[in-house]
Amino acid sequence: MSEGPLVLLVEDEPQMRRFLRATLTSHGFRLIEAETSKDGMMQATAHNPEIILLDLGLPDGDGIDLTRELRTWTNTPIIVISARGREADKVEALDAGADDYLTKPFGVNELMARIRVAQRRTRETAPGETALSAGPLKVDLQKRIVTLRGEEVHLTPLEYRLVVLLLKHRGKVLTHRQILKEVWGPTYAGQTHYLRVYMAQLRRKLEPDPAQPKLVTTEPGVGYRLRDLPEDPPAE
Amino acid sequence: MRADDERPDPTELLDRVKAEQAREGRGALKIFFGAAPGVGKTYSMLESAHRLRAEGIDVVVGCIETHGRKETEALVGDLPMLPRKVIEHRGAKLHELDLEGALAKHPGVLLVDELAHTNAPGSVHKKRWQDVMDLLDAGIDVHTTLNVQHVESLNDVVREVTGIRVRETVPDAVIERADDIELVDLPPDELLQRLGEGKVYVAEQAERAKERFFRRGNLLALRELALRRTAQRVDADVQAYRRDHAIDATWAAGERILVCVGPAPASAGLVRAARRMAGGLRAPWIAVSVESPSSGGLPADAQRRLDGHLALAESLGAEVARLAGDSVAVSLLSFAKKRNVTRIIVGKPTHSRLRDILRGSLVDTIVRGSGSIDVLVTSGSDDVGERSDEARTLAPATPMTGYWAALAAVAIATTASALVQRYLDLADLVMLYLLAIVGVAVRWGRGPSIATAALSVLAVDFFFVPPFYTLAVSDTRHFLTFAMMFLVGIFISGLMLRIRRQERASRLREERTASLYALARDLGSQRSEDALVEVAARQVESMFDAKVALLVSDPETGRLSETVRAGGEHLAGQELTVARWVFEHGKPAGLGTDTLAGAQVYAAPVPVSTGQVGALVLRPRMGHGPLDAEQRTLLEALLRQTGLAVERGRLAEEARAAAVRAKTEELRSSLLSAVSHDLRTPLAGITGAATTLLDPISQLDPLQREEMLTTICEEAERLERLVGNLLDMTRVDSGGLQIKREWVPVEEMVGSALTRLEKKLAGRPISTRLDEDLPLVSVDPVLFEQVFINLLENAAKHTPPKCALEIRAERSPDGVVIEVRDDGPGLPKGIEERIFEKFFRGPGARAHGVGLGLAICKGIVDAHGGTITAHNRPEGGATFRIRLPSEGEAPTVPEEPPGSSREMKP
Repeated sequence: MSEGPLVLLVEDEPQMRRFLRATLTSHGFRLIEAETSKDGMMQATAHNPEIILLDLGLPDGDGIDLTRELRTWTNTPIIVISARGREADKVEALDAGADDYLTKPFGVNELMARIRVAQRRTRETAPGETALSAGPLKVDLQKRIVTLRGEEVHLTPLEYRLVVLLLKHRGKVLTHRQILKEVWGPTYAGQTHYLRVYMAQLRRKLEPDPAQPKLVTTEPGVGYRLRDLPEDPPAE
Repeated sequence: MRADDERPDPTELLDRVKAEQAREGRGALKIFFGAAPGVGKTYSMLESAHRLRAEGIDVVVGCIETHGRKETEALVGDLPMLPRKVIEHRGAKLHELDLEGALAKHPGVLLVDELAHTNAPGSVHKKRWQDVMDLLDAGIDVHTTLNVQHVESLNDVVREVTGIRVRETVPDAVIERADDIELVDLPPDELLQRLGEGKVYVAEQAERAKERFFRRGNLLALRELALRRTAQRVDADVQAYRRDHAIDATWAAGERILVCVGPAPASAGLVRAARRMAGGLRAPWIAVSVESPSSGGLPADAQRRLDGHLALAESLGAEVARLAGDSVAVSLLSFAKKRNVTRIIVGKPTHSRLRDILRGSLVDTIVRGSGSIDVLVTSGSDDVGERSDEARTLAPATPMTGYWAALAAVAIATTASALVQRYLDLADLVMLYLLAIVGVAVRWGRGPSIATAALSVLAVDFFFVPPFYTLAVSDTRHFLTFAMMFLVGIFISGLMLRIRRQERASRLREERTASLYALARDLGSQRSEDALVEVAARQVESMFDAKVALLVSDPETGRLSETVRAGGEHLAGQELTVARWVFEHGKPAGLGTDTLAGAQVYAAPVPVSTGQVGALVLRPRMGHGPLDAEQRTLLEALLRQTGLAVERGRLAEEARAAAVRAKTEELRSSLLSAVSHDLRTPLAGITGAATTLLDPISQLDPLQREEMLTTICEEAERLERLVGNLLDMTRVDSGGLQIKREWVPVEEMVGSALTRLEKKLAGRPISTRLDEDLPLVSVDPVLFEQVFINLLENAAKHTPPKCALEIRAERSPDGVVIEVRDDGPGLPKGIEERIFEKFFRGPGARAHGVGLGLAICKGIVDAHGGTITAHNRPEGGATFRIRLPSEGEAPTVPEEPPGSSREMKP
């Protein structure tokens, strides 16, 4: 039991802590809890947890500020859990460095899926990775070949960069700003319509019905997420 | 008949009730009334003030003219004094009653000496009695002093008795308003003795008048007048008492007096006489002027005099009427009969008998047609609108050209006559001349036409009557011809003059009617108050050739808002004061009136049924004098119409606001019931399931446990959706909906909505038909996704589970049309409109939602400037159609240079 990954939970509501404690321990996680932002900072430095679950409305400060502070020295995945459902809040938290954002109320399955994505991110950033995949989509990073159900898809350089970025962060939502900065460069961070047009183009190439996307989903007002699908078994 | 007479007249009772009401909240007026200066009015007033003060009443001295008299000064003693207002006038410092100070201090009783005093120029009012009226209106009791010679209606009598004309007068209406009159009496001998001892103040400049005034005979007469006036007043009180207590031994007959007023100076005396008689009979009285067509052409000074006489009558308590009619006597009599007048007062004729014989006598005509009405002829004049001496100067100023024309006309007639002389008789030639006279009269009026007549007579005599070329006449019968010619000329010119006057008067009236009509029409076509006042201001500006500023009251506070709402005039401090005064008192003020006459502007209230809704400030163009009575009446009519229109608008606005309030109230209650029901239902499910699970006694098999848990999850989800909807609705509803427009492909929004509803729509065939060339649309993507989600959820709720859904989008001439269609049973008849109302739930949809989803859709689409409608397709199924106007050209995205990811550099 003591071997499970360590999760830091920063949350001031006892009911919420009780629910998460039960869920996480039963899923084999070890848990340390903090009720305030100050306490959270201390626990994070003291224990260096593998994942941080962070509520935004804390009695002594805003979770977004804590996220920024943490990001100055650690890369530990931060999943924000908050009752603030507005898109602007989500974008702010994500742009501040949070890995994901869960709006209360949420179900256990959803939480576990997000934690899994976050865990994999820390493990898979190992260099030397040569291929990325999600469901029917596969990218050979060395040959720069994109295949869908085994068939090659011709992408423009920008589309390719977009696909690779999404695949690297599959399962995780990327904000418009983050994608624009990565693919087009920092000066394009505000040109959301560039991204929208290219995303529509990309979907036409990747989705059977671009109006009912299965692969890349839209988080309205926030960004896009490539679904974390298990790799399809090889064709035939 | 008798039974009727015994009861108080109902209208009279009503008047008394009204008077009582008017008095309510108003201060009481007490007048210390005396026959002459020096009888001790101020002294008595101060004595009574001390008595009141001893009773604990808050008495303040507003102003006391002690004139340096020691005993009076001593008597002021320790009474609190209101500081006097110092007004500089031509280097002299004048100490006046500080009206604003008094209103601000608001004492219980204010002592104001000398009611008849004329205020220094620059004061709020011309007269002190007007200040007193304001104080009374403000609810302050006022004690004041007054001498009999200052009573307006006794002014003439005093002058006749003493030979001194008193200029400072107080209208009788003010004195009648007094709640109490205390006569301060001193026998003339004692008064003369006091005068001798130097105890009576007389202004230095009046030293000479003093000799004439303070004669024993005068004083006796004045004393009698004062006593009589007081007795009359006491009598009126007794009458009032009788009326109230239905004591009816001697009931005065219902007298009603009518006095005819004209521009002649003597008319003022006539008015005062009528007032005296009306007072004596306690009868209502009416002052009437008749505007015969000639009145339209009264010279300015005559018009001013006539206006002055009518104003005097009004201030003396008369009802004033201006009649129009060609015959003075006929108009007067018909009016008198209509109003049940019992006595008509007309002035004594001052002109010669010859005029009466020639033109008929006004007095005779009235007397003959008066029937049962008594006609009183008193000294004065009979110039009721009739042409008096001024009439002669009335003819439009004839330029010399008229006389040249006369000469020319006669020359032409003579030439023509010379040419045809041999074929025609003298009588026929005379006709030619008559033609010339008529021609000149038509074009140039009276003077030239008479000149033409005279010249014609001379010309005929000189050229065509033997002996020729002399003015001598051989045959005496030609004299008759000449006389006839001349008389015809004069008659024609008289007729012409009359026609022209009538024409002018009717043109004026026409213009007035036309402008009133134009205003009414323009006002009628305006909806907003701003437009209304703008129209009114413009109309007044053009009609009076003046600059105006229109101020209206704030509908919420009812106070005059000080920003000019319409008109080109800017208001400085004093002009605003005038406007405020006008608004508060409902009477005109400023230039040409008695109130705030120092202002350069004239202001009149914009009346409505409940008071005033604003004030109009009018500045006459340079060189134009103050408005005359006619213009004021016209302005009043215009403003009344404006007031009506504004009031109508405000009432409609109020009604609308009330309707909205009622609707909101209704909504709130339906929200409460809907929300409490819809929140409680899932909560009940959750609570029930959870407690069952916790209950140690209930033995649940694993299947049942799972059922319970599923219930909890489902109900919680339902609750979340409901709360989300309510929050969305508040956002949309509170008007704080902020739209963050971005350029988005429709496809993306449809896609994200479908992804979100993946589970809920599972098992349904869903198709999308989005045009290839669909432009980017400028919308808030988050809000618009919500629109799609709500529409799809709504379709899912109201159609069978396997029913197909379709989303279409295509370009339209002005933007984009998006449709969400289902193959379900369609909308029930008649709910296509109501479906978008808040808390509206379709029949049979009880279990689903609160009826907010579509209302939110409408809110969002409306906020984007689009429209959303619902209808059934002929082939079955419902369609929701959104029309989005285009918001300009979508931005372009630079094309990528052709190439493939495979050619990229590592």
